[in-house]
Amino acid sequence: MTAPHRYIPMTEQDKAEMLATIGAASTEDLFRDIPDAIRYRGIMPISPALDEFSLLGHMKALAGRNADTGRYTSFLGAGIYDHHQPVVIQHMISRSEFYTAYTPYQPEISQGELQAIFEFQSYICELTGMAVANASMYDGVTALSEAGALAAGATKRSRLVVSRTVHPEARETVRTMARGLGLEIVEVGYANGVTDLDALQAAVTNETAAVLIQSPNFFGCLEDLGAIEPIIHGVKGLFVVSANPISLGLLEAPGKLGADIVVGDAQPLGISQSLGGPTCGFFAVAEPLMRRMPGRIVGQTKDIDGKRGFVLTLQAREQHIRREKATSNICSNQALLALCASIYLSTLGKQGLIDVANLNLQKAHYASARLSEQHGITLPFSAPFFNEFVIRLPDEGPTVSEINRGLLKSGILGGYDLGIAYPELKGHMLIAVTEKRTREDIDHFASKLGEFA
Amino acid sequence: MNTGEKALIFELSKPGRIAYSLPACDVPESAPAAYIPASLLRQTPAQLPEVYEVDVIRHYTELSRRNFGIDNGFYPLGSCTMKYNPKINEDTARLSGFANIHPYQPEESLQGALELLYTLQNDLAVLTGMDQVSLQPAAGAHGEWTGLMMIRAYHESRGEKRTKVIVPDSSHGTNPASATTAGFDTITIKSDERGMVDLDALRTAVSSDTAALMLTNPSTLGLFEEQIMEIAHIVHEAGGLLYYDGANSNAIMGITRPGDMGFDVVHLNLHKTMSTPHGGGGPGAGPVGVKSKLIPFLPKPIVGLRSDGAYYFDYDRPESIGRVKAFYGNFGILVRAYTYIRTYGPEGLRQVSECAVLNANYMMHRLASHYELPYPGVCKHEFVMSGRGLKDYGVRTLDVAKRLLDFGYHPPTIYFPLNVEECIMIEPTETESKETLDRFIDTMIQIAEEARTTPELVIGAPHGTVVRRLDETTAARKPILNCSCG
Repeated sequence: MTAPHRYIPMTEQDKAEMLATIGAASTEDLFRDIPDAIRYRGIMPISPALDEFSLLGHMKALAGRNADTGRYTSFLGAGIYDHHQPVVIQHMISRSEFYTAYTPYQPEISQGELQAIFEFQSYICELTGMAVANASMYDGVTALSEAGALAAGATKRSRLVVSRTVHPEARETVRTMARGLGLEIVEVGYANGVTDLDALQAAVTNETAAVLIQSPNFFGCLEDLGAIEPIIHGVKGLFVVSANPISLGLLEAPGKLGADIVVGDAQPLGISQSLGGPTCGFFAVAEPLMRRMPGRIVGQTKDIDGKRGFVLTLQAREQHIRREKATSNICSNQALLALCASIYLSTLGKQGLIDVANLNLQKAHYASARLSEQHGITLPFSAPFFNEFVIRLPDEGPTVSEINRGLLKSGILGGYDLGIAYPELKGHMLIAVTEKRTREDIDHFASKLGEFA
Repeated sequence: MNTGEKALIFELSKPGRIAYSLPACDVPESAPAAYIPASLLRQTPAQLPEVYEVDVIRHYTELSRRNFGIDNGFYPLGSCTMKYNPKINEDTARLSGFANIHPYQPEESLQGALELLYTLQNDLAVLTGMDQVSLQPAAGAHGEWTGLMMIRAYHESRGEKRTKVIVPDSSHGTNPASATTAGFDTITIKSDERGMVDLDALRTAVSSDTAALMLTNPSTLGLFEEQIMEIAHIVHEAGGLLYYDGANSNAIMGITRPGDMGFDVVHLNLHKTMSTPHGGGGPGAGPVGVKSKLIPFLPKPIVGLRSDGAYYFDYDRPESIGRVKAFYGNFGILVRAYTYIRTYGPEGLRQVSECAVLNANYMMHRLASHYELPYPGVCKHEFVMSGRGLKDYGVRTLDVAKRLLDFGYHPPTIYFPLNVEECIMIEPTETESKETLDRFIDTMIQIAEEARTTPELVIGAPHGTVVRRLDETTAARKPILNCSCG
């Protein structure tokens, strides 16, 4: 006899009737195939049950012990950004027909999700300037890894050249992937905040499968994609670009600059920061690479009455069909967050995306000017940037993490400590400024940082 | 329901309309060209639609009405554990202190989040009988790959280069695909006539090359591998490790644990067992648990607890396989899973599995005389049937599935696992009532009867959906993958 639970409809009467139908004496009888030696007989020492009211209280208490951007002013970016989320998004992605559905295996009753993904693919192609996009990846970082894997397969080469200006966690993830597939990683350094083109030229050979570049890069700086493209295409390797989708409101589409694969993270497009996940990776390729793409892809077709409809397609690439010969092991994707990104782009529209990108550009440049006016703070890089930039703090004086702890007391989430991932950039802070930051926020941050510096 | 074609959002566009409201530019403004070289500036604006807010709302509301989720009705999709997705999970994940926090904030400003992660790591370790858990993998397949990379690192640390991963023919397609991605060759072994791992085939397959056996237990046939102890012994004797695909964990919570069965590595699908929503295909979460000898190889960071009571990210893991994803995993999903565990506690989770198994056995027994049952006996949380008896009437399993759509059900999983002809795989879960099961069973019986009497009704199904059967062949041969609206 167990206590009733609000998610379980089984009554004692149900149980008795069902057991009678089965011809079993007890529920326990249904587990007779499990050897006694491996039966768990105790009560598992895990967190105990709470009633709904108490559980809400407990969760609110846990949440309350985190400094959230509802209460703090954030200048943190480094891959996760504090953008405004139009209110319509949560209303729409909270419709349970979307969020309680599985992958759309039955197209006749999944046209909503399938069309939403088709529109997402269309949005990604439009932003990136690429021919084909998939239904999404786990995040931007795993999308970059898969791009490297695709390039190695397509070129039958096993060396990937990765710029050190690519997100450090992306490079770590690419390295893990490379170890699995037996690929070699060559890292190329930077100069003035962007990839060192001479070093890149020297690193790229006839054995290079691809060059992996991020722009805006981890330092916020814009890479000269037009200058990198001939270096890798000169050896018939692939040009892989990781892009920030909001920046593409102002920046040229990487596809127009010769990229073969464009990936990125859609988090800036209305997705909550949520401690860095879940977000949504996007993945787009030039047409010749279409059948090598990982993940789900939705295509348009017609039903037997000639009516337009959508289906999962090109499934001959995928693990459930090809098993060990699949182009990737990916199964689930981030459909709900792809929907989120689509709703964001529908809401912002043609002019809104330009406007939000421009607000980021203007406010970040105002912030860099204000910060560099503070005594002891300098700007180490002069390369053009979008909404993030690096400052250098005085060598003597508190460390970046000490400063950030101080800023926290003033209600500010300070920038990312670059010394963590780049030993040579100890004392440097990466600062993100989105459209949410007001002139007052920025002035306050500058003066606080000036005090500490 | 509207049965006409639904316009694309791009087709609703009318120049001059907007649906956004952005903060003003309150800083001195210069032309973008003042900051960005002309060669990097966009020449043509992205051709996004121009719509107003009501268009956005009606468009996505209409799309949602053309979609079927658990809240719409019964969804007995085998191997997917389509249980009710509790609403409180959605509320807790949206608390500002969880939804609006940044991965690089100072640890002292994330103590609530870190405590949650630490507790979840421990709870999942206890649940699976493992010694430590990483919450980083984003999905089941991602967890498989992570586990196999750890297995590889483990063997390499012992100076062994083992190249083969063994999987049964009933395994999920992700198992062999993950093995390839982790640099292994796959050996597929046949199941015996009872649907179990064939021990002789296993003995023949193992060697000093064996890195691991990947197993789902209960299997994708819904059967518990009764000889699991012997299987573990054979693989371990050969120096290999055992990998547990946790997709079917909804059958065993508090009843038996992979760690006690002899498994060395486990992944769980929180979007199955722990009720986090599938989201139309994701996001999920695929935490991985390991026995102590594999702890050094876990992805970094994991969450630790200092003696002063402070939680922290432990990056000091020199033998770690590295990172498998940005940041710390799908935190928002982990919040939901933790919330779920706390609505049940240990005895409640055991009750979940008991009811899931009772529901499945009940359905199996009631359907047994109407569809073929390749593996009679007791099943766990799911079972498989064969629709091949209906082929005499020209009706295939696909047709049965499509006919179910007319009755407002999501069909079961079909044509998987691959070793059962015309397979129908049913997983009711614990959150469905006897009345729901009975109605579904009666419908399945009715469809079997229709197949005999009016097969054209079944073959022509569905009849009442917004679109009818779609031309998938042309979709793959002449792909149209975006609207080319730009």
